[in-house]
Amino acid sequence: MEIKDVENLAELAKIDLTTEEKKQILKDMGGILEYVKTIESVKIEGVDLKYDTYNIWREDEVKSQEFSKDSIIKQFPNKQDNFLKVKKIL
Amino acid sequence: MMDLKSFTIENVHESLKNKKFTCKELVQEYLQIIKEKNTELNAYLEVYDDVLDQAKKAQEMFENKTATILTGIPFAIKDNILFEGHKASAGSKILENYVATYDSTVVRELKEQGAILIGRTNMDEFAMGSSTQTSAYGVTRNPYDTSRVPGGSSGGSAVAVAGNMALVSLGTETCGSVRQPASFCGLVGLKPTYGAVSRNGIIAMGNSLDQVSPFGKNVSDVEIVFSALSKYDPMDSTSVKERSIPPKSDFKGSQSPTSEKIFKIGVPWHLFENGVDSEVMDNFKESIKKLEDSGCKIVDIKLPYSKYSLEAYYIIMPAEVSTNLSRFDGMRYGFSDKGENLAEVYKKSRGKGFGQEARRRILLGTYVLSHGYYDAYYNKAVNVREKIKEEMVEAFQKVDLIATPTTPTTAFKLGEKLDDPVAMYLCDIFSAPANLAGIPAIALPSGKDKNNLPLSIQFMASHFCENSLFQIGKKFESLKE
Repeated sequence: MEIKDVENLAELAKIDLTTEEKKQILKDMGGILEYVKTIESVKIEGVDLKYDTYNIWREDEVKSQEFSKDSIIKQFPNKQDNFLKVKKIL
Repeated sequence: MMDLKSFTIENVHESLKNKKFTCKELVQEYLQIIKEKNTELNAYLEVYDDVLDQAKKAQEMFENKTATILTGIPFAIKDNILFEGHKASAGSKILENYVATYDSTVVRELKEQGAILIGRTNMDEFAMGSSTQTSAYGVTRNPYDTSRVPGGSSGGSAVAVAGNMALVSLGTETCGSVRQPASFCGLVGLKPTYGAVSRNGIIAMGNSLDQVSPFGKNVSDVEIVFSALSKYDPMDSTSVKERSIPPKSDFKGSQSPTSEKIFKIGVPWHLFENGVDSEVMDNFKESIKKLEDSGCKIVDIKLPYSKYSLEAYYIIMPAEVSTNLSRFDGMRYGFSDKGENLAEVYKKSRGKGFGQEARRRILLGTYVLSHGYYDAYYNKAVNVREKIKEEMVEAFQKVDLIATPTTPTTAFKLGEKLDDPVAMYLCDIFSAPANLAGIPAIALPSGKDKNNLPLSIQFMASHFCENSLFQIGKKFESLKE
């Protein structure tokens, strides 16, 4: 891994990093990846992945919720007329 | 002055019922201790301003005879558990001003029973860490030695109980975040079966691993809290509805309900040949000997895949972290930085809002999930995890419980391991198998080392066999005396 790989990951994850932070992450990743890499040596045969996942269905009913619209709007970092305001997208 | 150290849920309940003291008097006693100790220990990030109102409501429940065993019981809750109208920051700057808009299911349950939520406790940022040193709000100190860490990530909740600043508390576990601080602070900590306690309203870290987990000074307190919170919740899609206990081992005596259960305990000695502190190891052997002398049957077992559990964990967890934490973008709530365009707002808010460990894990997760590495890392880890589950299920056909030391060392010094992520990760080497396999596990105090720091033993049981953990826990408590 090189600095440009860290930069690419940071771009994908949308995180601003200083040069110092990039260097530190590069160093840390080296150590961590070396550690987790031992998993490559594990010999595995006949894994039957049992994803115990299933859909949880419910009726689409309008129910009153305990939380209020106001309590959500109040937390917007930037708002206008009770709408969330963001930077221009197009 | 009340002798808070001797308090248990049951004896406090009796005292409240018999009007030996009121809910208000009880909670004021705890508030006084918090006032004296919290500046130094930093267990609580905030003591809620409505504690006395809560005490009043609890008292009314006693007066009109609707009180339950948890009414009036002072709880501390980890900073990643939502309590409507109160701040929940997950120990992170990016949520510094976030106010919960609804109650988590566990909080709603505690409120309905009239428990008193005293405040929110410090934690490693987004529960990432094993020492409560990565919090954006300062470190928490171990009450046994304030130059040492309390463990983590639920260090604040552990110290709140160990320092008599709450009777019991809730933490959360993704990999040892309750058992390890329980071990460092001389407490009982239970990681329930995955899907036993609702995750609705808990700020997620690794969805396939997270569980709300209680701390207490003894097994009985932890059992009472678990029993109150363990129920199916339609608001959590991973909450388990059918809680069948798998067929048990055919070991003689196991099936007899009348006589005291004779436990068959498996010990995977091969997992701790290296890397365990000698005092921890001696203490563990002593505990096993005591159990054997008291009639438990001890057998050597092999868990070949569990040897790789921490490696698998450090691939699966960051992968889940990188997706989970993408919701924190400076848009709808929390910390937001200014930028020229939308992408810049995201990047700056996330860059400044997340601390070092959170950034590290997000990037690691992004890496293991990226094209070209996905098979080598993530897929391999998922397969290893399945093998660990299989070998656990198989092991529990032969034994009732599996015992290991809870942690490889006792509490370490503040500042230690901070520059070496892998050394920090190794604190949870014995925690990982239970989280990956989804089985319950309990950490129990097992004595003190030469520095008077707590030691701990861990028992794991099969899915939804928390009762076996409580039974062995009570038995172990009686052996110590």
